[in-house]
Amino acid sequence: MLSQLNSRTNDINMGVEIITTIEPKSGWQLINFKELLEYKDLFFFLVWRDIKVLYAQTILGFSWAIFQPLVQIILFTIVFGKVAKISTDGIPYFLFSTVAIIPWTFMSQAMTQSSQSLVTGQHILGKVYFPRLIFPLTAVFAKMVDFGISLFIILFALIYYKVLPTWNLLLLPLFILNMLCIAAGVGLWLSAMAIRFRDVRYALSFLTRILMYTAPIVYSASSIPAKWRMVYSLNPIVGTIEGFRACLLGTPIPWGYIWPGIITAAMLLVSGSLYFKHMEKVFVDVI
Amino acid sequence: MFDKNVAIEVENISKIYRIGTKDELQDNLAQTVFGFFKNPIKNYRKYRSLYKFDDAELYTSNQSDEASSDIIWAVKDVSFDVKKGELIGIIGRNGAGKSTLLKILCRITDPTKGHARIRGRISSLLEVGTGFHNELTGRENVYLNGTILGMTKVEIKRKFDEIVHFSGIEKFIDTPVKRYSSGMKVRLAFSVAAHLEPEILIIDEVLAVGDADFQKKCLNKMEDVGQQGRTVIFVSHNLPAVCRLCERVILLDRGGLVEDGSPAQVVSRYLNSDFGTSASREWIDPTTAPAGDIARLNAVRLQADDGQIRDTIDIRRSFTVEMEYEVFRSGSVLLPVFAFDNEEGLRVFTTVDQDPTWRRQPRLEGRYISTVHIPGNLLAEGMLFITCTLLTMNPDRVQFMERTALAFQIVDSVDGDSARGDYAKNIPGIVRPMLQWTTQFDPAFGEAAIGGL
Repeated sequence: MLSQLNSRTNDINMGVEIITTIEPKSGWQLINFKELLEYKDLFFFLVWRDIKVLYAQTILGFSWAIFQPLVQIILFTIVFGKVAKISTDGIPYFLFSTVAIIPWTFMSQAMTQSSQSLVTGQHILGKVYFPRLIFPLTAVFAKMVDFGISLFIILFALIYYKVLPTWNLLLLPLFILNMLCIAAGVGLWLSAMAIRFRDVRYALSFLTRILMYTAPIVYSASSIPAKWRMVYSLNPIVGTIEGFRACLLGTPIPWGYIWPGIITAAMLLVSGSLYFKHMEKVFVDVI
Repeated sequence: MFDKNVAIEVENISKIYRIGTKDELQDNLAQTVFGFFKNPIKNYRKYRSLYKFDDAELYTSNQSDEASSDIIWAVKDVSFDVKKGELIGIIGRNGAGKSTLLKILCRITDPTKGHARIRGRISSLLEVGTGFHNELTGRENVYLNGTILGMTKVEIKRKFDEIVHFSGIEKFIDTPVKRYSSGMKVRLAFSVAAHLEPEILIIDEVLAVGDADFQKKCLNKMEDVGQQGRTVIFVSHNLPAVCRLCERVILLDRGGLVEDGSPAQVVSRYLNSDFGTSASREWIDPTTAPAGDIARLNAVRLQADDGQIRDTIDIRRSFTVEMEYEVFRSGSVLLPVFAFDNEEGLRVFTTVDQDPTWRRQPRLEGRYISTVHIPGNLLAEGMLFITCTLLTMNPDRVQFMERTALAFQIVDSVDGDSARGDYAKNIPGIVRPMLQWTTQFDPAFGEAAIGGL
């Protein structure tokens, strides 16, 4: 009862006059963070919808979040670990690929979902206004649930191989943040393109494959010749994956790979949101 | 200066679209293959041209007729103000720019030129049930749809029981929406929308969904909204509804604002815009005429008792309404029907063809004119709308149904010889028949009563 009363007064207090101006937008727009904050409930419900609907009417439900990466890890362990015998700096291949494939699965799925978010949401796009940024961001955050669940694979692998946690683990949030930046940055760029040119959908399937093989997922970054390392690590996925490995396995943190990656990831996110805001005004007109 | 009493201020809003990016046809294989490789660049230009307009293009299309360019002005130089608490209707034929204007005001799309200012929390309702997801339960969809429409979680929680009660589907609220009938879905979606509490509400043609009862419920709810001092912009084809709900109506035609005033004034202008009067309409082009597989509507006319087409009828005088139609497949029994609605959206009466010549008689191919004679001293004064329908019997099928085919005004006289007699004030009621009255006087009654004491 009391809470009801409170919410009523809140509503009255919210009645400060809001003036909305509608005019042609030209040039580059900045993100209106204040407005984004006003839509946090919507953001929450859209993320929640994506999670809820994802495994609707499946038998295995959220177990899919375990099975999908697990099958890939096993496959890679057999093909690259046992058959091709790729060097992993002495780490068991299963463990080596687990700590890389889990963040990679998140990034590739989040990028794919996010880049299609405007196209799949085009009906809502044409019927109601809310900050368009919510579409690609929702897709990225909804995938965090899968990521969270699949962390159990890492946990079991670490226990099985008796790897003890080190202080490096404290840096893991940094790499999770970096991973989110990459997924959101790519998602912003590609979703804004995909609404205009549906080619993006077809290009994306091999783009993710290229990204996977250019990142140290199935092989170790140390196998890259030293003179190429700087250029190589401009790919932000390299630093993220190497960071995940170092944090979880307690190996020395290869900052040389990580700094360039963090910078490019940040640039990707900033440029992506600028591009998105720049194209935003034509989304509805080109559906 | 933005006046404090103005809720919406629209100034010279324009929006252009590009139409007709037609593909070229290749006539042989070599050209097709060549075109295939040339295409990426051309396609890029084509898709880009959808939203890129250079100034020269804008200028020329602004100056010359639209026919000469592939640019259309969906909305052109529209300006108006809406006061706080005003209920304003926007009408216009298909393609007049209503929806585009609405989308601009709802911030769904940006204008090409001009600007608008809106004071207050705004909610738009271009559709009921935006974002409904079939896999989610009714309860979950209420929250999702509510937040999409701009409510906060707290707000929805507070109104949740009310919303569910209004929809009348309490029993199924935790059932996934995919198991709902379409009617249940619409009811739930509408009750979410009906509980929005913005200061400004923008509504598009949402009343087109649902059955008659549901439409009535919507209209009543909208009237409530209007009475709570909220500003409402309402776009509709439903002219009687517009007349009843709105104090002020704006008429758009080919992107421009052509009339802004009282409902009666604007509605009659709307119906007049094609043929100079709202009491006669003709469909010259058979491809656009209302038609079924057996018959097609040619014209509808309203004539006063002097044989002239008039849109203002004296309450005392009789008049006729006729439909001219063409039967292009013989052998069916036809049933011409006229229905009369008043400006409150109330059906005053429906009348069916009674002519014994063609009753139960299969029609031959050819042109027919069916006329109904309406006596004087029957309808009440005010605006009336005529719906013109032709049915085929066995099987019952609608050949055509033209809503608000005609509109006209009944005016009462003050001469004292109409049903109002010498009473000069407003008389309620949907009909105003001239009935016989007698008043008897018994002078002895008073004395007898007193004497009886």
